[in-house]
Amino acid sequence: MALTTASRPALPVPAATPPPARGRRKKNYAARRSEGLAGYVFLSPWLIGLMAITAFPMLLSLYLSFTNYDVLSSWEFVEWVGFDNYEKIFTLDPTFWQSVRVTLTFGLIAIPLKLVASLGVALLLNRERRGVGLFRSMFYLPSLLGGSVALALVWVAMFNGEGAFNAGLSIFGIEGKNWINDPDWALATLMVLTIWQFGAPMVIFLAGLKQVPTELYEAAQVDGASKYKQFFHITLPMLSPVIFFNLLLETINGFQGFTSAFVISNGTGGPLGATKLYTLHIYDKAFTDFEMGYASALAWIFLAAIGLITIVFFSTGKFWVHYSDGEN
Amino acid sequence: MARVRGWVRVLALLGVLAIVLYPLIWVLGSSLKSPTEVTSNLSVWPEELTWSNYSDGWSYIPGVSFARFFGNSLLISLATVVANAASCLVTAYAFARLRFWGRKGYFALMIATLLLPGHVLIVPQYVLFSEFGWIDTPLPLILPKLLATEAFFIFLMVQFMRGIPRELDDAAKIDGCDPYRTFWHVILPLSRPALITTAIFSFIWTWNDFFTQLVYLPSVPSYTVPVALRLFIDSSGQTSIGPMLAMSVLSLLPVFLFFLGFQRFLVQGINTSGLKG
Repeated sequence: MALTTASRPALPVPAATPPPARGRRKKNYAARRSEGLAGYVFLSPWLIGLMAITAFPMLLSLYLSFTNYDVLSSWEFVEWVGFDNYEKIFTLDPTFWQSVRVTLTFGLIAIPLKLVASLGVALLLNRERRGVGLFRSMFYLPSLLGGSVALALVWVAMFNGEGAFNAGLSIFGIEGKNWINDPDWALATLMVLTIWQFGAPMVIFLAGLKQVPTELYEAAQVDGASKYKQFFHITLPMLSPVIFFNLLLETINGFQGFTSAFVISNGTGGPLGATKLYTLHIYDKAFTDFEMGYASALAWIFLAAIGLITIVFFSTGKFWVHYSDGEN
Repeated sequence: MARVRGWVRVLALLGVLAIVLYPLIWVLGSSLKSPTEVTSNLSVWPEELTWSNYSDGWSYIPGVSFARFFGNSLLISLATVVANAASCLVTAYAFARLRFWGRKGYFALMIATLLLPGHVLIVPQYVLFSEFGWIDTPLPLILPKLLATEAFFIFLMVQFMRGIPRELDDAAKIDGCDPYRTFWHVILPLSRPALITTAIFSFIWTWNDFFTQLVYLPSVPSYTVPVALRLFIDSSGQTSIGPMLAMSVLSLLPVFLFFLGFQRFLVQGINTSGLKG
């Protein structure tokens, strides 16, 4: 699983045990059995959780997506409607298409920019010898705070018509606008908030950079390769597993963004649907309109899309992700 | 030449640092500014300290003060910390150390749930918990955590336990320990760093969480801090910006203190598992 490649040393391999003597075989078998039993004892909370909190709800959601269930009326009124919800979503729901557009725009611009920023700063920081720990912690701080309601409110205060951002622009003689309320710019302020949280992937990049053997650079220098060539022929290929990991994680997390968009637009996804991320549409349908069946169908389309993206990543990964130890 | 390049690098880093920290310092300073100054004064330092923003914000929502919201948030966050740490530790022990039928398959399933979007589960879980009559109580936010639903922490702990020398388990086995006693006497004490990391991240994530709390806590007295903060924006008149920023600062404070106290654990945590902040 490529998820483990971030920066772990190879997993310790248990030492080979000598084959057991004949007389001990029975005892060994009993020990193995009791270990197997213990395994299930320790695993039981998770197993129950997997079935009750994950698998059953997923099946329920799949079933609901073919019904008109609305949580308010009793179960007797639930009707099987076949593919009606799905058909409605694709043919009669302009908000669905709007939210797909907004989510894709957000993902295709904000996620690459965030990764470029985090890699760039990691490269700068990697060369530094002193103060690395302090810089790293400070850059990481927004990743801890940025997803909160409080920071979304700060963004509103900074980017509204009379906020600090416009006061800053006016120094350069530029007249700003109410960025939050402008359909052309509202999503951009959201992207800035996302990119501002570049610290988490940066920490992972930094750890990855530390793993690149310095001999490679020394050899390249002897051969007269420029810094530019070293970056494209050593750093990037050696870092590709970490890039892959960050790209996958940021994409999946990015598509699930909710809080900032919800708070900044006061729950509407506005102005004019400009910040209507897909998750906001699910929330609206489920908890404002209480169309649980319809919302379940939306959620399954979302799941299918995320699954598809993951598959695409893993299947294209082998063409550009370079594993030096051949382990993966 | 090399020295010049070094200075340019440091300057670039300081520039990035200024951009990164500006909003945080700005909100701290602005929470002490008078209403007119919040908008006109770009400087982070207020001309006149206006502490009333804090008292106004504290009782901004009629009938319920922020003390209640902080209490609710604290209860849910601390309960989640305990539930996550305990349930994920035993699960991780099974995956990292015990051999049983189906282990690899289960492990793959666990990793798959890492990638499962929460928005897919929220509707059916809401239906389920409302059948139980749990809406508007902290139960749907806490009880599931007892069942190790946070796969991130299981993964983090499995990674950590794989680094504990197996010789220690073997020695315990030779001394007559069964898997339960090995867990209690060897793995549990040695897993303290992973437990601390899990506890910190559990606390911060739950404290910052908005989506599930918004869904499960519909009435004002059961609101947590993030859900209550949102009320400030309903009437985004100029006068409420100061109190809004003041309460935002208070809500960020616990996370910030955790950050100051446990930086090392946080950074190590991301490194071992790619945990998100």
